Amino acid sequence: MNSVVCVKQVPDTESVIKIKPDGSGIITDDLKFVMNPYDEYGVEEALKLKEKFGGSATILCMGPSRVVETIRTGLAMGVDKAVQLDDPAFEGGDAFATAKALAEALKGLEYDVIFCGKQAVDDDLSQVGQILAELLGLPHVSLIQKLQVADDKKSAVVDRQVEGGIEVLKVLLPAVLTTQKGLNEPRYASLPGIMKAKKKPLDVKDLAALGLNADSVGCNGSKTMITKYTAPPERAAGKIIEGEGPQETAPKLVQLLREEAKVI
Amino acid sequence: MSNSIWVFAEAKEGKIKKVALEMISEAKKMAEKLGGDVSAVLMGQNVEPLAEQLGHYGANKVYLADHEVLKDYTTDAYSKVLTELIKENEPSIVLYGATILGKDLSPRVAARLEAGLATDCTGVGLDDGKLTVTRPMFAGKAYTDISFSGSKTNMASVRPNALPVTPPDESKKPEIIKVDVNINPDDIRTTIQEFVKTAGERADLTEAEIIVSGGRGMKGPENFQMLEELADVLGATVGASRAAVDAGWKAVSDQVGQTGKVVSPNLYIACGISGAIQHLAGMSTSKFIVAINKDSDAPIFQKADYGIVDDLFKVIPVLTEEFKKLKADS
Repeated sequence: MNSVVCVKQVPDTESVIKIKPDGSGIITDDLKFVMNPYDEYGVEEALKLKEKFGGSATILCMGPSRVVETIRTGLAMGVDKAVQLDDPAFEGGDAFATAKALAEALKGLEYDVIFCGKQAVDDDLSQVGQILAELLGLPHVSLIQKLQVADDKKSAVVDRQVEGGIEVLKVLLPAVLTTQKGLNEPRYASLPGIMKAKKKPLDVKDLAALGLNADSVGCNGSKTMITKYTAPPERAAGKIIEGEGPQETAPKLVQLLREEAKVI
Repeated sequence: MSNSIWVFAEAKEGKIKKVALEMISEAKKMAEKLGGDVSAVLMGQNVEPLAEQLGHYGANKVYLADHEVLKDYTTDAYSKVLTELIKENEPSIVLYGATILGKDLSPRVAARLEAGLATDCTGVGLDDGKLTVTRPMFAGKAYTDISFSGSKTNMASVRPNALPVTPPDESKKPEIIKVDVNINPDDIRTTIQEFVKTAGERADLTEAEIIVSGGRGMKGPENFQMLEELADVLGATVGASRAAVDAGWKAVSDQVGQTGKVVSPNLYIACGISGAIQHLAGMSTSKFIVAINKDSDAPIFQKADYGIVDDLFKVIPVLTEEFKKLKADS
Protein backbone atom coordinates (compact mmCIF):
# COMPACT_ATOMS: atom_id res chain seq x y z
CA MET A 1 0.00 0.00 0.00
CA ASN A 2 1.69 3.16 -1.19
CA SER A 3 0.47 6.63 -0.28
CA VAL A 4 1.53 10.05 -1.42
CA VAL A 5 0.61 13.00 0.76
CA CYS A 6 0.51 16.41 -0.89
CA VAL A 7 1.69 18.86 1.72
CA LYS A 8 1.68 22.64 1.71
CA GLN A 9 3.59 24.95 4.00
CA VAL A 10 1.39 27.75 5.33
CA PRO A 11 1.54 30.52 7.94
CA ASP A 12 0.57 29.27 11.39
CA THR A 13 -3.14 29.87 12.11
CA GLU A 14 -2.19 32.05 15.09
CA SER A 15 -0.48 34.50 12.69
CA VAL A 16 -1.58 38.06 12.19
CA ILE A 17 -1.67 38.64 8.44
CA LYS A 18 -0.33 42.01 7.27
CA ILE A 19 -0.87 43.32 3.76
CA LYS A 20 1.88 45.11 1.83
CA PRO A 21 1.12 48.85 1.48
CA ASP A 22 0.73 48.55 -2.30
CA GLY A 23 -1.70 45.63 -1.95
CA SER A 24 0.50 43.30 -3.98
CA GLY A 25 0.75 40.59 -1.37
CA ILE A 26 1.13 39.80 2.29
CA ILE A 27 4.19 40.57 4.41
CA THR A 28 5.88 37.25 5.05
CA ASP A 29 8.93 38.43 7.03
CA ASP A 30 7.65 37.71 10.53
CA LEU A 31 5.48 34.74 9.73
CA LYS A 32 5.99 31.36 11.32
CA PHE A 33 5.42 28.65 8.72
CA VAL A 34 4.02 25.22 9.53
CA MET A 35 2.56 22.22 7.77
CA ASN A 36 -1.03 22.96 6.69
CA PRO A 37 -3.07 21.51 9.60
CA TYR A 38 -5.36 19.52 7.27
CA ASP A 39 -2.32 17.91 5.61
CA GLU A 40 -1.18 16.54 8.97
CA TYR A 41 -4.22 14.24 8.93
CA GLY A 42 -3.10 12.94 5.54
CA VAL A 43 0.41 12.25 6.85
CA GLU A 44 -0.97 10.40 9.87
CA GLU A 45 -3.35 8.35 7.73
CA ALA A 46 -0.56 7.44 5.29
CA LEU A 47 1.54 6.22 8.23
CA LYS A 48 -1.35 4.14 9.53
CA LEU A 49 -1.82 2.51 6.12
CA LYS A 50 1.90 1.74 5.98
CA GLU A 51 1.77 0.17 9.43
CA LYS A 52 -1.20 -1.98 8.47
CA PHE A 53 -0.38 -2.98 4.91
CA GLY A 54 3.34 -2.27 4.48
CA GLY A 55 4.47 -0.20 1.50
CA SER A 56 5.57 3.39 1.58
CA ALA A 57 4.50 6.90 2.45
CA THR A 58 5.83 9.79 0.38
CA ILE A 59 5.45 13.53 0.80
CA LEU A 60 5.05 15.74 -2.25
CA CYS A 61 5.52 19.42 -1.50
CA MET A 62 5.89 22.47 -3.69
CA GLY A 63 7.80 25.50 -2.54
CA PRO A 64 11.13 27.25 -2.03
CA SER A 65 13.89 26.12 0.36
CA ARG A 66 11.91 27.16 3.47
CA VAL A 67 9.46 24.27 2.89
CA VAL A 68 12.22 21.73 3.63
CA GLU A 69 11.56 22.27 7.33
CA THR A 70 7.92 21.23 6.85
CA ILE A 71 8.97 18.24 4.75
CA ARG A 72 11.39 17.19 7.51
CA THR A 73 8.55 17.39 10.02
CA GLY A 74 6.64 14.82 7.97
CA LEU A 75 9.72 12.62 7.56
CA ALA A 76 10.29 12.80 11.32
CA MET A 77 6.71 11.64 11.89
CA GLY A 78 7.61 8.52 9.90
CA VAL A 79 7.16 9.27 6.20
CA ASP A 80 9.79 7.42 4.13
CA LYS A 81 10.77 9.92 1.47
CA ALA A 82 9.84 13.20 -0.11
CA VAL A 83 9.75 15.04 -3.39
CA GLN A 84 10.06 18.82 -3.36
CA LEU A 85 9.03 20.84 -6.41
CA ASP A 86 11.20 23.93 -6.37
CA ASP A 87 11.48 26.31 -9.28
CA PRO A 88 10.76 30.05 -9.58
CA ALA A 89 8.46 29.12 -12.46
CA PHE A 90 6.08 27.40 -10.03
CA GLU A 91 5.54 30.56 -7.99
CA GLY A 92 2.28 32.44 -7.89
CA GLY A 93 0.26 29.62 -9.37
CA ASP A 94 -3.46 29.19 -8.75
CA ALA A 95 -4.95 25.81 -7.86
CA PHE A 96 -5.04 24.68 -11.48
CA ALA A 97 -1.41 25.53 -12.21
CA THR A 98 -0.27 24.03 -8.90
CA ALA A 99 -2.22 20.83 -9.47
CA LYS A 100 -0.72 20.58 -12.94
CA ALA A 101 2.83 20.43 -11.55
CA LEU A 102 1.82 18.08 -8.71
CA ALA A 103 0.08 15.77 -11.20
CA GLU A 104 3.19 15.62 -13.35
CA ALA A 105 5.33 14.73 -10.33
CA LEU A 106 2.82 12.07 -9.27
CA LYS A 107 3.18 10.33 -12.62
CA GLY A 108 6.65 9.32 -11.49
CA LEU A 109 5.53 8.00 -8.09
CA GLU A 110 3.79 4.83 -6.96
CA TYR A 111 0.51 5.28 -5.17
CA ASP A 112 -2.73 3.57 -4.21
CA VAL A 113 -3.99 6.61 -2.35
CA ILE A 114 -3.16 10.31 -2.70
CA PHE A 115 -4.00 12.46 0.31
CA CYS A 116 -4.52 16.22 0.19
CA GLY A 117 -5.73 18.42 3.02
CA LYS A 118 -9.34 19.47 2.40
CA GLN A 119 -8.01 22.99 1.95
CA ALA A 120 -4.90 24.99 2.72
CA VAL A 121 -5.49 27.48 5.51
CA ASP A 122 -3.69 30.24 3.59
CA ASP A 123 -5.57 30.56 0.29
CA ASP A 124 -8.57 28.49 1.47
CA LEU A 125 -9.22 27.33 -2.09
CA SER A 126 -10.30 23.74 -1.48
CA GLN A 127 -9.53 22.91 -5.10
CA VAL A 128 -6.17 21.20 -5.54
CA GLY A 129 -7.24 17.68 -4.50
CA GLN A 130 -10.22 17.61 -6.82
CA ILE A 131 -8.28 19.09 -9.76
CA LEU A 132 -5.42 16.67 -9.18
CA ALA A 133 -7.86 13.76 -9.35
CA GLU A 134 -9.27 15.08 -12.61
CA LEU A 135 -5.83 15.57 -14.17
CA LEU A 136 -4.79 12.04 -13.17
CA GLY A 137 -8.08 10.48 -14.26
CA LEU A 138 -8.85 9.30 -10.71
CA PRO A 139 -11.94 9.44 -8.51
CA HIS A 140 -11.82 11.61 -5.42
CA VAL A 141 -13.70 11.88 -2.16
CA SER A 142 -13.50 15.17 -0.28
CA LEU A 143 -13.73 15.80 3.48
CA ILE A 144 -12.99 12.29 4.70
CA GLN A 145 -13.16 11.56 8.43
CA LYS A 146 -12.65 7.79 8.39
CA LEU A 147 -10.87 5.44 6.01
CA GLN A 148 -11.01 1.67 5.74
CA VAL A 149 -9.05 0.15 2.87
CA ALA A 150 -10.28 -3.25 1.64
CA ASP A 151 -7.92 -6.19 2.09
CA ASP A 152 -7.40 -6.43 -1.67
CA LYS A 153 -6.49 -2.70 -1.65
CA LYS A 154 -8.69 -2.14 -4.70
CA SER A 155 -11.30 -0.07 -2.90
CA ALA A 156 -11.91 1.79 0.33
CA VAL A 157 -14.89 2.76 2.44
CA VAL A 158 -14.77 6.31 3.72
CA ASP A 159 -16.89 8.47 5.98
CA ARG A 160 -17.41 11.88 4.53
CA GLN A 161 -18.69 14.86 6.42
CA VAL A 162 -21.67 16.47 4.70
CA GLU A 163 -24.44 18.80 5.82
CA GLY A 164 -26.48 17.18 8.53
CA GLY A 165 -24.60 13.93 8.70
CA ILE A 166 -22.01 11.46 7.55
CA GLU A 167 -22.06 9.92 4.11
CA VAL A 168 -20.48 6.47 3.92
CA LEU A 169 -18.99 5.92 0.47
CA LYS A 170 -17.15 3.17 -1.29
CA VAL A 171 -14.49 4.44 -3.68
CA LEU A 172 -12.34 2.55 -6.15
CA LEU A 173 -8.59 2.90 -5.67
CA PRO A 174 -6.35 4.54 -6.61
CA ALA A 175 -8.10 7.72 -5.55
CA VAL A 176 -7.49 11.18 -4.18
CA LEU A 177 -8.86 11.66 -0.68
CA THR A 178 -9.07 15.09 0.93
CA THR A 179 -8.69 15.00 4.67
CA GLN A 180 -10.80 16.73 7.29
CA LYS A 181 -10.28 17.23 11.01
CA GLY A 182 -11.59 14.22 12.92
CA LEU A 183 -9.90 11.64 10.65
CA ASN A 184 -7.22 10.88 13.23
CA GLU A 185 -4.91 12.44 15.80
CA PRO A 186 -1.64 13.27 14.03
CA ARG A 187 1.35 11.93 15.97
CA TYR A 188 4.24 14.05 17.13
CA ALA A 189 7.69 13.42 15.76
CA SER A 190 9.84 11.40 18.18
CA LEU A 191 13.45 12.31 18.86
CA PRO A 192 14.77 9.22 17.01
CA GLY A 193 12.34 10.13 14.23
CA ILE A 194 13.84 13.60 14.00
CA MET A 195 17.35 12.13 13.82
CA LYS A 196 16.36 9.65 11.12
CA ALA A 197 14.52 12.30 9.09
CA LYS A 198 17.80 14.02 8.28
CA LYS A 199 18.96 10.97 6.34
CA LYS A 200 15.76 10.19 4.49
CA PRO A 201 15.73 10.80 0.73
CA LEU A 202 14.53 14.21 -0.45
CA ASP A 203 14.33 14.51 -4.22
CA VAL A 204 14.23 18.11 -5.42
CA LYS A 205 12.72 18.61 -8.86
CA ASP A 206 12.62 21.74 -10.97
CA LEU A 207 10.56 22.56 -14.05
CA ALA A 208 12.98 20.81 -16.41
CA ALA A 209 12.96 17.64 -14.30
CA LEU A 210 9.18 17.50 -14.58
CA GLY A 211 9.40 18.08 -18.31
CA LEU A 212 6.78 20.81 -18.18
CA ASN A 213 6.61 24.02 -20.14
CA ALA A 214 6.99 27.25 -18.13
CA ASP A 215 3.71 28.48 -19.65
CA SER A 216 1.72 25.70 -18.01
CA VAL A 217 2.68 26.32 -14.37
CA GLY A 218 2.92 29.15 -11.85
CA CYS A 219 1.52 32.55 -12.78
CA ASN A 220 1.67 31.81 -16.49
CA GLY A 221 -0.33 28.62 -16.22
CA SER A 222 -2.98 30.13 -13.95
CA LYS A 223 -6.57 30.77 -14.94
CA THR A 224 -7.14 33.21 -12.09
CA MET A 225 -4.99 36.06 -10.83
CA ILE A 226 -5.00 37.95 -7.58
CA THR A 227 -5.03 41.60 -8.59
CA LYS A 228 -5.13 43.12 -5.13
CA TYR A 229 -4.92 42.25 -1.44
CA THR A 230 -6.84 44.26 1.09
CA ALA A 231 -7.26 44.13 4.84
CA PRO A 232 -10.66 42.95 6.05
CA PRO A 233 -13.17 45.66 6.89
CA GLU A 234 -12.45 46.81 10.44
CA ARG A 235 -15.10 46.01 12.98
CA ALA A 236 -15.38 48.76 15.51
CA ALA A 237 -15.70 47.56 19.08
CA GLY A 238 -19.34 47.89 20.01
CA LYS A 239 -21.33 48.60 23.09
CA ILE A 240 -20.89 46.90 26.40
CA ILE A 241 -24.38 46.63 27.82
CA GLU A 242 -24.38 48.01 31.34
CA GLY A 243 -26.80 46.98 34.03
CA GLU A 244 -27.27 45.23 37.34
CA GLY A 245 -27.06 41.59 36.37
CA PRO A 246 -28.81 39.58 33.66
CA GLN A 247 -32.28 40.75 34.68
CA GLU A 248 -31.30 44.17 33.33
CA THR A 249 -28.74 43.37 30.64
CA ALA A 250 -30.56 40.52 28.86
CA PRO A 251 -33.74 42.53 28.08
CA LYS A 252 -31.58 45.44 26.89
CA LEU A 253 -29.69 43.13 24.55
CA VAL A 254 -32.89 41.69 23.12
CA GLN A 255 -34.23 45.19 22.54
CA LEU A 256 -31.04 46.30 20.75
CA LEU A 257 -31.05 43.20 18.54
CA ARG A 258 -34.64 43.86 17.61
CA GLU A 259 -34.73 47.62 17.25
CA GLU A 260 -31.20 48.67 16.37
CA ALA A 261 -29.67 45.64 14.65
CA LYS A 262 -33.03 44.36 13.36
CA VAL A 263 -31.76 40.78 13.24
CA ILE A 264 -34.44 39.20 15.43
CA MET B 1 -19.63 31.90 -26.56
CA SER B 2 -22.75 33.45 -25.13
CA ASN B 3 -23.22 36.26 -22.67
CA SER B 4 -25.12 33.90 -20.48
CA ILE B 5 -24.59 33.67 -16.72
CA TRP B 6 -25.29 30.28 -15.26
CA VAL B 7 -26.12 29.40 -11.69
CA PHE B 8 -25.87 25.86 -10.41
CA ALA B 9 -29.06 25.65 -8.35
CA GLU B 10 -28.44 23.11 -5.62
CA ALA B 11 -31.56 21.39 -4.33
CA LYS B 12 -31.71 19.44 -1.12
CA GLU B 13 -34.68 17.57 0.29
CA GLY B 14 -37.12 19.14 -2.12
CA LYS B 15 -35.92 22.70 -1.62
CA ILE B 16 -33.69 25.05 -3.55
CA LYS B 17 -30.83 26.24 -1.38
CA LYS B 18 -31.07 29.90 -0.47
CA VAL B 19 -27.58 30.56 -1.81
CA ALA B 20 -28.86 29.64 -5.29
CA LEU B 21 -31.54 32.33 -5.03
CA GLU B 22 -28.91 34.79 -3.79
CA MET B 23 -26.75 34.02 -6.83
CA ILE B 24 -29.65 34.23 -9.30
CA SER B 25 -30.60 37.63 -7.85
CA GLU B 26 -27.04 38.87 -8.37
CA ALA B 27 -26.70 37.20 -11.78
CA LYS B 28 -29.80 39.03 -12.97
CA LYS B 29 -28.19 42.39 -12.18
CA MET B 30 -24.98 41.32 -13.91
CA ALA B 31 -26.85 40.02 -16.97
CA GLU B 32 -28.56 43.39 -17.39
CA LYS B 33 -25.13 45.04 -17.58
CA LEU B 34 -23.78 42.37 -19.91
CA GLY B 35 -26.80 42.31 -22.17
CA GLY B 36 -27.13 38.61 -21.54
CA ASP B 37 -29.45 36.25 -19.76
CA VAL B 38 -29.47 34.04 -16.67
CA SER B 39 -29.81 30.29 -16.75
CA ALA B 40 -30.08 27.97 -13.80
CA VAL B 41 -28.99 24.34 -13.83
CA LEU B 42 -31.15 22.08 -11.70
CA MET B 43 -30.15 18.47 -11.13
CA GLY B 44 -31.70 15.64 -9.14
CA GLN B 45 -34.64 13.27 -9.21
CA ASN B 46 -38.20 14.61 -9.29
CA VAL B 47 -36.93 18.17 -9.03
CA GLU B 48 -39.01 19.59 -11.87
CA PRO B 49 -41.50 21.29 -9.49
CA LEU B 50 -38.62 23.43 -8.17
CA ALA B 51 -37.75 24.87 -11.58
CA GLU B 52 -40.45 27.53 -11.63
CA GLN B 53 -39.22 29.20 -8.44
CA LEU B 54 -35.86 29.82 -10.10
CA GLY B 55 -37.69 31.88 -12.71
CA HIS B 56 -39.33 34.01 -10.03
CA TYR B 57 -35.91 35.15 -8.87
CA GLY B 58 -34.60 35.92 -12.34
CA ALA B 59 -33.58 32.78 -14.24
CA ASN B 60 -34.70 33.11 -17.86
CA LYS B 61 -33.99 29.45 -18.54
CA VAL B 62 -33.70 26.37 -16.39
CA TYR B 63 -31.67 23.43 -17.63
CA LEU B 64 -33.37 20.53 -15.93
CA ALA B 65 -31.47 17.26 -15.53
CA ASP B 66 -33.97 15.01 -13.80
CA HIS B 67 -32.89 11.41 -13.52
CA GLU B 68 -32.75 8.54 -11.07
CA VAL B 69 -28.95 8.48 -11.28
CA LEU B 70 -28.85 12.08 -10.03
CA LYS B 71 -31.03 11.45 -6.98
CA ASP B 72 -28.05 11.58 -4.63
CA TYR B 73 -25.00 13.66 -5.42
CA THR B 74 -22.02 11.83 -6.81
CA THR B 75 -19.04 13.77 -8.11
CA ASP B 76 -18.76 11.69 -11.26
CA ALA B 77 -22.40 11.85 -12.40
CA TYR B 78 -22.92 15.52 -11.61
CA SER B 79 -19.63 16.64 -13.10
CA LYS B 80 -20.26 14.68 -16.31
CA VAL B 81 -23.72 16.15 -16.88
CA LEU B 82 -22.67 19.70 -16.00
CA THR B 83 -19.44 19.63 -18.02
CA GLU B 84 -21.25 18.46 -21.13
CA LEU B 85 -23.90 21.16 -20.75
CA ILE B 86 -21.28 23.88 -20.34
CA LYS B 87 -19.29 22.61 -23.33
CA GLU B 88 -22.37 22.67 -25.50
CA ASN B 89 -23.63 26.11 -24.48
CA GLU B 90 -20.46 27.96 -23.50
CA PRO B 91 -21.84 30.35 -20.87
CA SER B 92 -19.41 33.13 -19.99
CA ILE B 93 -19.88 32.73 -16.23
CA VAL B 94 -20.88 29.80 -14.02
CA LEU B 95 -21.65 30.36 -10.33
CA TYR B 96 -21.96 27.66 -7.65
CA GLY B 97 -22.87 27.91 -4.00
CA ALA B 98 -19.77 27.46 -1.83
CA THR B 99 -21.45 24.57 -0.06
CA ILE B 100 -19.98 21.13 0.57
CA LEU B 101 -21.47 19.98 -2.74
CA GLY B 102 -20.46 23.11 -4.64
CA LYS B 103 -16.89 22.96 -3.39
CA ASP B 104 -16.64 19.29 -4.34
CA LEU B 105 -18.14 19.68 -7.80
CA SER B 106 -16.82 23.00 -9.08
CA PRO B 107 -13.06 22.18 -9.16
CA ARG B 108 -13.80 18.95 -11.07
CA VAL B 109 -15.82 20.76 -13.70
CA ALA B 110 -13.35 23.65 -13.90
CA ALA B 111 -10.41 21.29 -14.34
CA ARG B 112 -12.15 19.29 -17.05
CA LEU B 113 -12.90 22.48 -18.99
CA GLU B 114 -9.58 24.12 -18.03
CA ALA B 115 -11.61 27.04 -16.70
CA GLY B 116 -10.65 29.47 -13.96
CA LEU B 117 -12.39 29.04 -10.61
CA ALA B 118 -12.43 31.19 -7.48
CA THR B 119 -13.75 29.59 -4.28
CA ASP B 120 -16.01 30.94 -1.55
CA CYS B 121 -16.40 34.45 -2.95
CA THR B 122 -18.09 37.18 -0.93
CA GLY B 123 -18.53 39.50 -3.90
CA VAL B 124 -18.95 39.05 -7.65
CA GLY B 125 -18.90 41.76 -10.30
CA LEU B 126 -17.96 42.66 -13.83
CA ASP B 127 -14.97 44.54 -15.14
CA ASP B 128 -15.14 45.36 -18.83
CA GLY B 129 -17.69 42.59 -19.28
CA LYS B 130 -15.57 39.97 -17.54
CA LEU B 131 -16.10 38.31 -14.18
CA THR B 132 -14.21 39.66 -11.20
CA VAL B 133 -14.64 38.45 -7.64
CA THR B 134 -13.65 39.28 -4.11
CA ARG B 135 -12.78 36.48 -1.77
CA PRO B 136 -11.31 36.10 1.68
CA MET B 137 -8.07 34.24 2.34
CA PHE B 138 -6.65 33.11 5.68
CA ALA B 139 -10.25 32.56 6.80
CA GLY B 140 -10.92 36.29 6.44
CA LYS B 141 -7.67 37.79 7.74
CA ALA B 142 -7.14 39.17 4.22
CA TYR B 143 -9.32 39.79 1.17
CA THR B 144 -8.32 39.51 -2.46
CA ASP B 145 -9.67 40.75 -5.76
CA ILE B 146 -9.44 38.13 -8.47
CA SER B 147 -9.55 38.41 -12.24
CA PHE B 148 -9.70 35.61 -14.78
CA SER B 149 -7.78 34.84 -17.91
CA GLY B 150 -7.39 32.29 -20.59
CA SER B 151 -10.70 30.45 -20.50
CA LYS B 152 -14.02 30.80 -22.29
CA THR B 153 -16.00 30.22 -19.15
CA ASN B 154 -15.06 31.68 -15.79
CA MET B 155 -16.35 30.21 -12.57
CA ALA B 156 -16.81 31.11 -8.95
CA SER B 157 -18.37 29.57 -5.89
CA VAL B 158 -20.22 32.06 -3.73
CA ARG B 159 -20.47 32.00 0.05
CA PRO B 160 -23.99 31.56 1.43
CA ASN B 161 -25.47 34.71 3.04
CA ALA B 162 -22.96 36.95 1.22
CA LEU B 163 -25.27 38.33 -1.49
CA PRO B 164 -28.76 39.78 -1.02
CA VAL B 165 -31.86 38.07 -2.43
CA THR B 166 -34.16 40.30 -4.47
CA PRO B 167 -37.92 39.87 -4.01
CA PRO B 168 -39.37 37.20 -6.31
CA ASP B 169 -41.70 38.06 -9.18
CA GLU B 170 -44.18 35.20 -9.41
CA SER B 171 -45.37 36.27 -12.84
CA LYS B 172 -41.98 35.35 -14.34
CA LYS B 173 -41.89 31.83 -15.73
CA PRO B 174 -38.62 30.33 -16.89
CA GLU B 175 -38.15 28.42 -20.12
CA ILE B 176 -37.47 24.84 -19.08
CA ILE B 177 -34.96 22.90 -21.12
CA LYS B 178 -34.88 19.20 -20.37
CA VAL B 179 -31.42 17.71 -20.46
CA ASP B 180 -30.74 14.18 -21.66
CA VAL B 181 -28.85 12.32 -18.97
CA ASN B 182 -26.54 9.66 -20.34
CA ILE B 183 -24.66 8.15 -17.47
CA ASN B 184 -23.11 4.74 -17.68
CA PRO B 185 -22.94 2.98 -14.29
CA ASP B 186 -19.19 2.54 -14.89
CA ASP B 187 -18.81 6.32 -15.03
CA ILE B 188 -19.51 6.51 -11.31
CA ARG B 189 -16.54 5.41 -9.24
CA THR B 190 -18.06 6.01 -5.83
CA THR B 191 -21.10 4.33 -4.30
CA ILE B 192 -23.05 5.74 -1.41
CA GLN B 193 -23.53 2.96 1.10
CA GLU B 194 -25.19 4.78 3.94
CA PHE B 195 -26.15 8.17 5.27
CA VAL B 196 -25.89 8.63 9.02
CA LYS B 197 -27.90 11.61 10.13
CA THR B 198 -26.17 13.52 12.92
CA ALA B 199 -27.96 16.85 12.99
CA GLY B 200 -31.59 17.68 13.47
CA GLU B 201 -33.52 20.08 11.33
CA ARG B 202 -31.07 22.89 11.88
CA ALA B 203 -29.24 24.63 9.06
CA ASP B 204 -25.57 23.88 8.51
CA LEU B 205 -23.29 26.40 10.22
CA THR B 206 -22.10 27.74 6.87
CA GLU B 207 -25.66 28.54 5.86
CA ALA B 208 -27.21 29.42 9.23
CA GLU B 209 -28.71 32.87 9.70
CA ILE B 210 -28.21 32.78 13.46
CA ILE B 211 -25.44 30.94 15.30
CA VAL B 212 -25.10 30.43 19.05
CA SER B 213 -21.54 29.36 19.76
CA GLY B 214 -19.80 28.15 22.90
CA GLY B 215 -16.17 28.07 23.93
CA ARG B 216 -13.93 27.05 26.79
CA GLY B 217 -16.09 29.12 29.14
CA MET B 218 -18.88 26.54 28.73
CA LYS B 219 -16.78 24.37 31.09
CA GLY B 220 -18.12 21.03 29.86
CA PRO B 221 -20.22 19.24 27.24
CA GLU B 222 -23.32 19.06 29.45
CA ASN B 223 -23.59 22.85 29.53
CA PHE B 224 -24.10 23.06 25.79
CA GLN B 225 -27.70 22.02 26.45
CA MET B 226 -28.21 25.62 27.56
CA LEU B 227 -27.08 26.83 24.14
CA GLU B 228 -29.29 24.25 22.42
CA GLU B 229 -32.29 25.71 24.24
CA LEU B 230 -31.37 29.24 23.24
CA ALA B 231 -30.84 28.04 19.67
CA ASP B 232 -34.25 26.34 19.66
CA VAL B 233 -35.95 29.61 20.52
CA LEU B 234 -34.05 31.51 17.84
CA GLY B 235 -34.09 28.85 15.14
CA ALA B 236 -30.32 29.00 15.31
CA THR B 237 -27.50 26.50 14.78
CA VAL B 238 -25.08 25.72 17.61
CA GLY B 239 -21.36 26.13 16.97
CA ALA B 240 -18.22 25.80 19.06
CA SER B 241 -14.71 27.18 19.33
CA ARG B 242 -11.63 25.07 18.71
CA ALA B 243 -11.02 24.86 22.45
CA ALA B 244 -14.46 23.26 22.98
CA VAL B 245 -13.97 20.85 20.07
CA ASP B 246 -10.44 19.87 21.07
CA ALA B 247 -11.74 19.19 24.57
CA GLY B 248 -14.17 16.72 23.02
CA TRP B 249 -17.28 18.67 24.06
CA LYS B 250 -18.57 19.18 20.55
CA ALA B 251 -18.13 17.47 17.15
CA VAL B 252 -15.52 18.64 14.69
CA SER B 253 -18.32 19.60 12.29
CA ASP B 254 -19.47 22.22 14.83
CA GLN B 255 -16.17 24.07 14.93
CA VAL B 256 -16.07 27.69 13.80
CA GLY B 257 -12.72 29.21 12.88
CA GLN B 258 -9.73 28.96 10.60
CA THR B 259 -9.43 25.20 11.06
CA GLY B 260 -13.20 24.74 11.20
CA LYS B 261 -15.99 26.43 9.36
CA VAL B 262 -15.97 30.02 8.20
CA VAL B 263 -19.41 31.42 8.85
CA SER B 264 -21.31 34.60 8.03
CA PRO B 265 -24.68 34.57 9.77
CA ASN B 266 -26.81 37.65 10.42
CA LEU B 267 -26.27 37.14 14.13
CA TYR B 268 -23.44 35.35 15.95
CA ILE B 269 -23.77 34.93 19.69
CA ALA B 270 -20.41 33.97 21.24
CA CYS B 271 -20.74 32.48 24.71
CA GLY B 272 -17.64 31.91 26.79
CA ILE B 273 -15.42 32.41 23.76
CA SER B 274 -12.35 34.54 24.39
CA GLY B 275 -11.73 35.25 20.71
CA ALA B 276 -8.47 33.62 19.61
CA ILE B 277 -7.34 35.07 16.30
CA GLN B 278 -8.13 31.86 14.44
CA HIS B 279 -11.69 31.91 15.80
CA LEU B 280 -12.24 35.59 15.02
CA ALA B 281 -11.08 34.98 11.45
CA GLY B 282 -13.82 32.41 11.02
CA MET B 283 -16.74 34.53 12.17
CA SER B 284 -15.84 38.18 11.67
CA THR B 285 -18.02 38.50 8.55
CA SER B 286 -21.10 37.89 10.69
CA LYS B 287 -23.41 40.89 10.32
CA PHE B 288 -23.92 41.29 14.08
CA ILE B 289 -21.83 39.78 16.84
CA VAL B 290 -22.85 39.43 20.46
CA ALA B 291 -20.31 38.37 23.08
CA ILE B 292 -21.09 37.07 26.52
CA ASN B 293 -18.00 36.55 28.63
CA LYS B 294 -17.05 37.28 32.20
CA ASP B 295 -13.59 38.50 31.21
CA SER B 296 -13.94 42.11 30.10
CA ASP B 297 -10.49 41.95 28.48
CA ALA B 298 -11.43 39.07 26.18
CA PRO B 299 -10.49 39.97 22.56
CA ILE B 300 -13.97 38.92 21.40
CA PHE B 301 -15.30 42.23 22.79
CA GLN B 302 -13.15 44.10 20.23
CA LYS B 303 -15.18 42.49 17.44
CA ALA B 304 -18.59 42.37 19.10
CA ASP B 305 -21.37 44.84 18.33
CA TYR B 306 -22.91 44.15 21.71
CA GLY B 307 -21.26 42.68 24.75
CA ILE B 308 -22.35 41.53 28.16
CA VAL B 309 -19.57 41.16 30.71
CA ASP B 310 -21.01 38.63 33.11
CA ASP B 311 -21.26 34.96 34.01
CA LEU B 312 -22.77 33.26 30.97
CA PHE B 313 -24.44 30.63 33.16
CA LYS B 314 -26.54 33.41 34.67
CA VAL B 315 -27.10 35.40 31.49
CA ILE B 316 -28.11 32.71 29.03
CA PRO B 317 -31.18 31.36 30.84
CA VAL B 318 -32.53 34.90 31.26
CA LEU B 319 -31.71 35.74 27.67
CA THR B 320 -33.49 32.59 26.48
CA GLU B 321 -36.59 33.60 28.45
CA GLU B 322 -36.47 37.12 27.00
CA PHE B 323 -36.29 35.79 23.44
CA LYS B 324 -39.19 33.44 24.23
CA LYS B 325 -41.29 36.38 25.40
CA LEU B 326 -40.40 38.31 22.28
CA LYS B 327 -41.33 35.38 20.02
CA ALA B 328 -44.60 34.91 21.90
CA ASP B 329 -45.47 38.60 21.44
CA SER B 330 -44.73 38.73 17.74
